[in-house]
Amino acid sequence: MPTTSKDRAAAFFRDHAMVILIVGLAVVVSILRPNFISWPNLNNLAVNTAGRFLVALGVSGCLITRGTDLSAGRLVGLGACVAATLLQNPDYSGRFFPNLPRLPVWVALLAAVLVCAAFGLINGCVISFLKVPPFIATLGMQTFVYGICLVYTGAKPIGGLRRDYTDIANFKIGQFNVWMIVIAVVCGFFIWLLYNQTRHGKYMYAIGGNEAAAEVAGVNTSATKIRIYTLAAVFYALGGFLWAAKSGGTSVNMGQGYELEAIAACTIGGVSVNGGVGRVSGILVGVLVFELLKIALQFMGVETSYTYIVQGLVIVVAVALDLRKYLVKR
Amino acid sequence: MSEYRLEMRDICKSFPGVKALDKAQLRLRPGTVHALMGENGAGKSTLMKCMFGIYRMDSGQIYYEGSPVTIRDPLQALHLGIAMVHQELQPIPERSIAENIFVGRYPVKRWGPLLLVDHQRMYQDTTRVLEEVGMTFPPRARLGSLSVSQMQSVEIAKAVSARCKVLILDEPTSSLTTKEVESLFQIIERLKSQGVSIVYISHKMDEILRISDEVTIMRDGHYIGTWQAEELTTDRIITQMVGRELSSLYPPRENHPQEALLEVRGFSSPNPHSFQDVNFTLHSGEILGVGGLVGAQRTELMEGLFGVRAHSQGKILLKGQPVRIQHPRDAIRQGMALLTEDRRATGILGVLSIADNISISSLDRYLRWGRLLDQKRIRKLVEDHFQKLSIKAPSGKTPIQSLSGGNQQKVLFSRWLATDPDILILDEPTRGIDVGAKYEIYTIISQLARQGKGILLISSEMGELIGMSHRVMVMCDGRVTGFLEGAAVTQERIMALATQFS
Repeated sequence: MPTTSKDRAAAFFRDHAMVILIVGLAVVVSILRPNFISWPNLNNLAVNTAGRFLVALGVSGCLITRGTDLSAGRLVGLGACVAATLLQNPDYSGRFFPNLPRLPVWVALLAAVLVCAAFGLINGCVISFLKVPPFIATLGMQTFVYGICLVYTGAKPIGGLRRDYTDIANFKIGQFNVWMIVIAVVCGFFIWLLYNQTRHGKYMYAIGGNEAAAEVAGVNTSATKIRIYTLAAVFYALGGFLWAAKSGGTSVNMGQGYELEAIAACTIGGVSVNGGVGRVSGILVGVLVFELLKIALQFMGVETSYTYIVQGLVIVVAVALDLRKYLVKR
Repeated sequence: MSEYRLEMRDICKSFPGVKALDKAQLRLRPGTVHALMGENGAGKSTLMKCMFGIYRMDSGQIYYEGSPVTIRDPLQALHLGIAMVHQELQPIPERSIAENIFVGRYPVKRWGPLLLVDHQRMYQDTTRVLEEVGMTFPPRARLGSLSVSQMQSVEIAKAVSARCKVLILDEPTSSLTTKEVESLFQIIERLKSQGVSIVYISHKMDEILRISDEVTIMRDGHYIGTWQAEELTTDRIITQMVGRELSSLYPPRENHPQEALLEVRGFSSPNPHSFQDVNFTLHSGEILGVGGLVGAQRTELMEGLFGVRAHSQGKILLKGQPVRIQHPRDAIRQGMALLTEDRRATGILGVLSIADNISISSLDRYLRWGRLLDQKRIRKLVEDHFQKLSIKAPSGKTPIQSLSGGNQQKVLFSRWLATDPDILILDEPTRGIDVGAKYEIYTIISQLARQGKGILLISSEMGELIGMSHRVMVMCDGRVTGFLEGAAVTQERIMALATQFS
């Protein structure tokens, strides 16, 4: 335990090094490029954060139980494609289902959620019952889902989305896409409640802390992990649904690589890869900071190709810093 | 040149919450067997891990052949000529015997620009060092195909092949049969005649008195003294180790066991080497001690009863009713609790708070509105147990891993008491706990018995087993070899039953 104020300051810097660095970068950028802090840019940041926050919330449960979910990005893509194919304009020429009646938006959302949840359920069962390590199980699922999505869409982009669907993501009050932000906040609250105020949450942290001990303590570790992976897929579907609406169209490539961004954001936000640790507020900060990094690099005129290099570095450095916190001197 | 091969002076080492070593000493002469003795948690293994560079000591000095040395890691220790055979062997079972012996220092040969492992030489050398310790295994055989004692011989061969001058043997006989112990002793004699200094850690008095030249005794991390082995008797060693009369340590057993609570009939593991055909009855208010050597399958039996491990045959009756237990959840629902042997591996949820660790098994009792946890009542539960068991910690939010062993154990007791069990299975409940906390835990156990709970107490400490139990059940090689009661409960009788098949 840190005792002196100097120790405490040092511990604070160590625990939040990544966040401090990136916020520092944003401050520098806002001084160099004054239009960095503007309403449209803040809205841009908020919307990007909202979407990715949903994916990060999903992945966080897997990470807290010392697992991971590499199928997240592809499930986002599948969710987007399922929703979009069911919500195209009746008069759009490249309509996917030409004779489809006009479905309520919530039916399409439900369809996307159910399809993705089914794959999440499979993830959970493979990990719990077949004891396949989460890394491998979800790596397989990543490719599997991509294949399913290719077969389903025939690799064709899906456009001509209905106005009432795209409005969900694009409706603005003032400068802000309110629905995106409201949905993200509601989901964040739901997960906070789940993690902190329910048995499921306590069991999840217990599994992450020590799975063998949790089992002896009477935790149904299989059921808990299955719930986690299924719920994660529900959140990916919701993310995909909103993204397709936001962009007004989608394709099989929607969501590619989002799992890595989500894992990186969680880690920056203090979800430990050693398991058992992670808070919703931290996840939000992690996503926000990661998006801030991307926008700041954009504003500095850094070419997209280079931003990938920086993002890759940030991911590894964030995990290295995280592990340092738990390295106990023997 | 000093008269000692190796000297450890004033070694101190602390872990969070415990001072494991406090000015510990050790002086090792060449060509002798030096026994290191003390109760569990006295600091023997910690001291050896400091010598071998696994732990870094906080203060103190090690002298090797008269000159001060700093040992930073095991590799450096090996270079100095110090080798250690671990209490828990750490071999690589999927690789060959030869590779296990030469791991980290493979003989190499040049092949053009490449440096390749010289397998031929490695296999030859392996055969030779195995012969030196009187073993003939094919060097290419998979290590995992050997028995535990054979693996141990390989570990010793590994130490010998490193031309070590100091060999640390940490409880080497705990999983060996009498015959295997004899061949180990022959190896030790041979090494001794070659001038090797051997540190021998064991709990078995007869072994110590037989093979050692000098004995150093430790207690609670302190150095108590060093004696010539011929000056010592078993009683004298025990007195020095415990530091007080044994009888005063245990609370009196005032209550008398009542009706049968748990009946186990023909209980067998699917693994033929594990527990087989176990029968016993546990009464309400009874503390039933379970004795036996390491490898007697006591822990496996308890895990089988609790549903952590599978069983293939047998019945469990609770208050006369047959029950099916296939998962710890089933056992908890039936009013059972299991305090596991390895607190770190299967007990504590390390990074989680004390509060979460206490409440995890009883969350079903603390719900409101159907699904949400009633935090207020959980907080009260935690506060109650803080008081009842006098847990010493800043608050319920403190992570359990920052507590001392004794306080961690009290938190785990709280976890199980919160489920209001009828039967508590306590597997080595005082392992790695300092003496003060030990007494507190004994008091808790005897209070629980007075409340009419049935207690299965597994212990490897004879004093604890004899001092706490109403009856003692002894196991050997997975079978129950007998029950002892009253005046019949003696160290000798327990040992006789515990070694019945060897």
